[in-house]
Amino acid sequence: MKYKTEIDIAINKFIGKKGALIPLLQNAQDIEGYLSKEIMSYISETTGIKLAHIYGVATFYTMFRLKPQGKHIIRVCKGTACHVSNANSIMNEINNQLNLSGEEDTTKDGNFTVISVACLGCCSLAPVIMVDDNTYGKLTPDSIGKILKKYE
Amino acid sequence: MSLVIKVGLASCGLAAGAGEVYDAILKHIKKNKIDAEVKKTACIGMCFVEPLVEIYKEEKKSITYGDVTPENVGDIIDAFSKGKPVEENVIISNILKGSENKTFKKQKRIVLRNCGIIDPVSIKDYLEKDGYSALEKSMKSMSREEIINEIKNSGLRGRGGAGFPTGLKWQFAYNAQNEKKYIVCNADEGDPGAFMDRSVLEGDPHSVIEGMIIGAYAIGADEGYIYCRAEYPLAIKHLEIAIEQATEKGYLGNKIFGTDFNFELHIKKGAGAFVCGEETALMASIEGKRGMPAIRPPFPAQSGLWGKPTNINNVETFANIAWIILNGAKEYAKYGTEKSKGTKVFALAGKIKNSGLIEVPMGMSLRDVIYDVGGGMKTERPFKGVQLGGPSGGCLPAELLDTIVDYDSINKTGAIMGSGGMVVMDTSSCMVDIAKFFLNFTQNESCGKCTFCRVGTKRMLEILTKISEGKGKMEDLDTLEELSENIKKGSLCGLGQTAPNPVLTTLKYFRKEYIAHINDKICPAGVCTALIKYEIIEDKCIGCTVCAMKCPVNCISGERKQVHYIDQNACIKCGACYDACKFDAIKKG
Repeated sequence: MKYKTEIDIAINKFIGKKGALIPLLQNAQDIEGYLSKEIMSYISETTGIKLAHIYGVATFYTMFRLKPQGKHIIRVCKGTACHVSNANSIMNEINNQLNLSGEEDTTKDGNFTVISVACLGCCSLAPVIMVDDNTYGKLTPDSIGKILKKYE
Repeated sequence: MSLVIKVGLASCGLAAGAGEVYDAILKHIKKNKIDAEVKKTACIGMCFVEPLVEIYKEEKKSITYGDVTPENVGDIIDAFSKGKPVEENVIISNILKGSENKTFKKQKRIVLRNCGIIDPVSIKDYLEKDGYSALEKSMKSMSREEIINEIKNSGLRGRGGAGFPTGLKWQFAYNAQNEKKYIVCNADEGDPGAFMDRSVLEGDPHSVIEGMIIGAYAIGADEGYIYCRAEYPLAIKHLEIAIEQATEKGYLGNKIFGTDFNFELHIKKGAGAFVCGEETALMASIEGKRGMPAIRPPFPAQSGLWGKPTNINNVETFANIAWIILNGAKEYAKYGTEKSKGTKVFALAGKIKNSGLIEVPMGMSLRDVIYDVGGGMKTERPFKGVQLGGPSGGCLPAELLDTIVDYDSINKTGAIMGSGGMVVMDTSSCMVDIAKFFLNFTQNESCGKCTFCRVGTKRMLEILTKISEGKGKMEDLDTLEELSENIKKGSLCGLGQTAPNPVLTTLKYFRKEYIAHINDKICPAGVCTALIKYEIIEDKCIGCTVCAMKCPVNCISGERKQVHYIDQNACIKCGACYDACKFDAIKKG
């Protein structure tokens, strides 16, 4: 299995601690970028937590991803303030430039994954997107191209 | 006296380019050998003019500049050093006319007392502002009952939304007989349009930690959790640093102030589920389970985390505690109304001029909050409504602007105070669309446990979608109301119980707009795409081809210098042509 050593370190870090499953899955996701079936099965075998429970938790929370992700994650804020400041046009423009359709998708070259999120908490700068850990605010469809270029 | 330069480096500032400004300042003072101390601070709340830079030699004679750029910051520093400060873009100042001097004075900052003033990751800064002296006072000179009584007398009510009296909550947890108790801080601020908890955690993490330690001491808890949403990486980072510092200084850990009181504090990172803002769901999530709410009773004060008595308060509630202990319940209760004491932090967003964070005494009218403190409308369009309390709240029209801001008055309107998000809308927002937006959100975030919430919100969303497409019938409005009542009654937790509020309030205050969608098949605000159409006005089109180039689906045709034409069958109504046309030759209707 890929990343076995890293996953083992993560398991050892959390095993036996109270409420460890979510931090453990977060850690595992940081390692591989998503939670593969293989990793979830391995965690189940090693920790004795039932796979059904792990899968249940992984599918409940929106931050856990069960599919491989792009190199860069673009989070398009769809909070109230962004919604009334035309966040839809920002989403359309991003999908348009990256040739994507729908609310959540990864580009063919695997460089970007676009996700719409509820609120990034930068409402006064609406509309806002976050690329990896960087936030960009007061956007117009015209400003998207320049931002995407930085990550190509 | 050397110069002090402070840069606001919270998430909002960083998004506006404060990081670059900070680097430019360092470069400038190094290059010109200026004797200055450059400090990082967080958000003072004036997000609409970020990046913000404060500059002074004496703190009492400071100037805060807004919209600072890496290009102009050098001039600002040089001019200030020469004693002739730049007079443009002054936001707040004691010595110059600042554009926000007046609005700033109308605020009363208790929760935000240190935000944007101290360096959030410096415990030294916090200590200089009387930090941890409330903890010392409560542990050295007050009994546990006295602390709880002080909080009760202050009239502080839970700032997470429901407004339950905090002192009473502490009393319940104190009364519970168990050798193990927990205290939890709910920092899972999930309401879209609310960001006060983020700002407090980023800007003054120690104040929340101190409030928690005092609470833990009072109720007899020895372990605590801060459950923070993962979308706030900077808040989590600042909390981690602050916990480490407080542990080092002995405010956390074993034998605090030489007593038998031990307290250990952990951070739990959320994983993206709105329902986890509900206390029983939040505890399930800390335990590593799916975050689904549980039936109460038993209440967390009897049986909470891992079955132990647990007290849960919100970030803003905890941030009030140290101030109340230091200044006394009486002083706190001076602010506010009869049943809602103290101040409340609001996140102003949407079409308001001064978007950002404000803290005002309870009892101010919505009109004063929006027009006085918030500076009024940002656009030329008139005010249409204000959305309070996020997906659990409601939209209030202009007629209700004189409603005063306290828990009970707002509840009467059908909205709720909620955590304090206020999204101001002008006539470009469609209320059917807003109701649909929130239902889409709650329907997505419903955990699925209660049938009414799971299925009911879905049915409501379908009806709203139908209406927004011009396919609604008048009977649909009755069905919406009937479903709303049933969802409220048939749901276990706050998510379901309040999910219909955005629909009910818009139906109550903006019914005409629903009727226009149903009977006249028009969207008066021009938002619902199925009901609008873009057309080119032949007399105005000069054939510049800009619209055709902007169109993402290539549905605009026409030769250069000839009138263009939009193929209505292919048009996706994105409005790109409308925004791009410089000759107002595209009509939306």
